[in-house]
Amino acid sequence: MMTESRKSDLAAANRRLVWRLLLLTTAMFGFGFAMVPIYDVLCEVTGLNGKTGGRVVAAQPMQVDASRTVTVEFVANLNLGAPWEFAPSVARMQVHPGQFYQTHFRAKNLASQPMTGQAIPSVAPGLAASHFQKIECFCFNHQRFQAGEGKEMPVTFRIDPDLPSEVRTVTLSYTFFRIDDAGG
Amino acid sequence: MSAASHATDHDHDHDHGPAQGLSRWLLTTNHKDIGTLYLLFSLTMFFIGGSMALVIRAELFQPGLQIVDPYFFNQMTTLHALVMIFGAVMPAFVGLANWLIPMMIGAPDMALPRMNNWSFWIMPFAFTLLLSTLFMPGGGPAGGWTLYPPLVLQTGQAFPFVILAIHMMGVSSIMGAINIIATILNLRAPGMTLMKMPLFVWTWLITAFLLIAVMPVLAGAVTMLLTDKFFGTSFFNAAGGGDPVMFQHIFWFFGHPEVYIMILPAFGIISQIIPTFARKPLFGYASMVYATASIAFLSFLVWAHHMFTVGMPLRGELFFMYATMLIAVPTGVKVFNWISTMWHGAMTFETPMLFSIAFVVLFTIGGFSGLMLAIAPADFQYHDTYFVVAHFHYVLVPGAVFSIIAAAYYWLPKWTGHMYDEKLGQLHFWLSVIGVNVLFFPQHFLGLAGMPRRIPDYALQFAEFNMVSTIGAFLFGFSQLLFAYNVIQTIRGGAKATDQVWEGAHGLEWTLSSPPPYHTFTTAPEVK
Repeated sequence: MMTESRKSDLAAANRRLVWRLLLLTTAMFGFGFAMVPIYDVLCEVTGLNGKTGGRVVAAQPMQVDASRTVTVEFVANLNLGAPWEFAPSVARMQVHPGQFYQTHFRAKNLASQPMTGQAIPSVAPGLAASHFQKIECFCFNHQRFQAGEGKEMPVTFRIDPDLPSEVRTVTLSYTFFRIDDAGG
Repeated sequence: MSAASHATDHDHDHDHGPAQGLSRWLLTTNHKDIGTLYLLFSLTMFFIGGSMALVIRAELFQPGLQIVDPYFFNQMTTLHALVMIFGAVMPAFVGLANWLIPMMIGAPDMALPRMNNWSFWIMPFAFTLLLSTLFMPGGGPAGGWTLYPPLVLQTGQAFPFVILAIHMMGVSSIMGAINIIATILNLRAPGMTLMKMPLFVWTWLITAFLLIAVMPVLAGAVTMLLTDKFFGTSFFNAAGGGDPVMFQHIFWFFGHPEVYIMILPAFGIISQIIPTFARKPLFGYASMVYATASIAFLSFLVWAHHMFTVGMPLRGELFFMYATMLIAVPTGVKVFNWISTMWHGAMTFETPMLFSIAFVVLFTIGGFSGLMLAIAPADFQYHDTYFVVAHFHYVLVPGAVFSIIAAAYYWLPKWTGHMYDEKLGQLHFWLSVIGVNVLFFPQHFLGLAGMPRRIPDYALQFAEFNMVSTIGAFLFGFSQLLFAYNVIQTIRGGAKATDQVWEGAHGLEWTLSSPPPYHTFTTAPEVK
C-alpha cells in the first residue's frame, strides 16, 4: 500500500496537472474565438475571402492603362429566395485599369409590404479584391423599398492598374440580404 | 456509495469487490467498470450508427427514391457520422484506455476516478439528446456532420439540442483526456520510464493532448453558430459582415486533429498486437513514438486541405498540399515498422492478428487515397464526391474500427477470463474483410466518375457500383452481429484463459490473473 505522504504528494501533483490542463483547455477555447480577428486580418492582407474595401474617399487620379483590357463580370444573387428581383443591367464590361466606370443593378420588391435590403459584395479572384475600388455603391447603404417598388442602383468603380497582370477577368458579385425584422 | 456497498466494504475490508446491482454501474469509480461501460456504450452506438448507414445504403441500392424521403436521408448521413465518430469510435478508445492504461503502467486506477465516472455518464445523456432530435418538429440535423453555415442554421427546433449534445460530448472527451494524461504522467510504476511505456499508452498520451487542444475549438465554433442563430451575432453571416468560410477554417482546425484522435490509438493497438503474434519485439519502438508525435504535430498544419475549393491563394494551396503529403512520411515509418516486425517472425493468425494485418493493408489503401486527395489540383475533381467517402471510410472502418475489434478479441480473454470462440472470430473476420471491401472499394470508382456525396438519388451510370456497395454494406453490417454474439458469449462463459493468454504476449497486464481482480496493482510492481 501507498504511504500517506506519497498519497498526498500524488494528490498535489494531480491537482497541479489538472489545473494546467484546464488552463490549456480554456486557452484553446479562447483561441477558437481569437481565430475570428486573425482571419479578418489575414483576409485583408491576402484578399482570401474576396471582400472589397469600403468607399474610397479621396480618389487620387490614376494613370489610365489603355493598353490593357480587363473584363469585369457582374453577378447578382438573392439570399434564401427572398421576394426580390435583382439583376445587373449589363452582364460584363471591358474596362481599362485606372479609369472610372459606372454601371447599374436593378432591384424590385415583389412583396406587398415595404422591405429593407443590403447588398454584400464579393470579388473573385480574391487577389483582385484589394484592387477593386468603389467610389459610389448601393452596397454602402441599406436600401429601402416600398411594396412593388423597383430601383436602378448605381456602382462607380475602377480597377487599380496594380492588378496582377495574370488577372484578365474580375467578377463582382452581390448577394442581396433582407435585413428588416422579417429577414432570416 | 449506497448502504449496501458500505456493508460489502466492511466485510472484505481491503480487497473488496464491486457493489451489487445498478448502483455498481452508476456510482462506480473503478477503471475496469468504467472501461466496460464505455465499451458497451460504444458497441450500442456502433449498431445504431450502423443501422443509419444501412438506411443510407438501402436507399442507394437503386437510382430513384424508394425508401426514405431526401430530407430524412440527409438526417441519416448527418447523424450516422456524429454517432459513429463521437459515439462509437472515440468512446471505444476511451474505454480501452480505461481498462488498459492502469494495467499497462502498473497503476491501481485512473488518477481521477470520480471525474472518470462523470466523463462516462455524460455520454448517454448527450446521445439521448442527439438522437431525440429525430423526433422533433423539423427533424434532426440534416446539414452534414461538418455543420457548415448557413445551411446548418436552417435546422429546425433540433438545432440548440444538437449544439448542446456536442458541447456535452466535448466536455466528456476533455475530462477523459485530462484523466488519461494525469494517469500516465503521475501514476506510472517505479521504473516505468516514458520510453518503456507500451505504445498503446504512448499513442493515448499524444491523443489526449490533441483532444485538449482541439475539442475546445469545436466548442467555440458551435457556440458561434448558436449565437449567430439566436443572439444576432454575425460570425458567419455575410449580411452582417461575417464570413461562412471562416467556419470551415475553425471547424477543420478542430477536424483534422480529430481524425488523428480517431487513428493514433489504433496505431497503438496494432503495435501491441503484431509483436505478440509475430513473436518478436516491435521493430523501431523509438521511431514509432517519434512518428506518432510528428503526425500529431503536423495535424495542426493541414486543415485547409479539406477546403481546397473555397478559393484560396495558390501559395496557400501549395502549402497545405505539401504539408499534407509530409504526413505520409511518419505514417510510412509506422507501416514499415509493422511489416518489419512481422518479417521473419514466427507468425500465427488468431483473430486479433488477422484484423491487425487487415488493418495494415487496408489502412494503407486509405492512406494512399488520402495522398491523392492531398494533390490540390486533383482535389478539385474529387472534392465532395464518393471518392472522399471511400477514402475516409477506408481509414475509419478497416482502420479505426478493425483496430477496436482486434483489441476486443485480443484483451477479452484477459478481461473476462474466458477464451472467445476462435472459429466464430475467424468467420467474423473473413465476412468483415470481404464485406468492407465490397462495400467501400466501388465507391472509389463512383467518386472518380463524379458521383457526389450526400445525395439520395443519382444518375443511372452509377447504378451497378452502388448496388455492389449496398450488398457489401449489408454483408458487413450483419456480420457484426457475430461479433456482438461472440463477445456476449465470452463474457458469460467459455474455456478458461491462462494469465498470459497469448504465447507471445508481454507487458504488465499479462502478469495479472485472467480475469484480473477488481483492484490491481494496489502495490506498484517494480519495472526493470
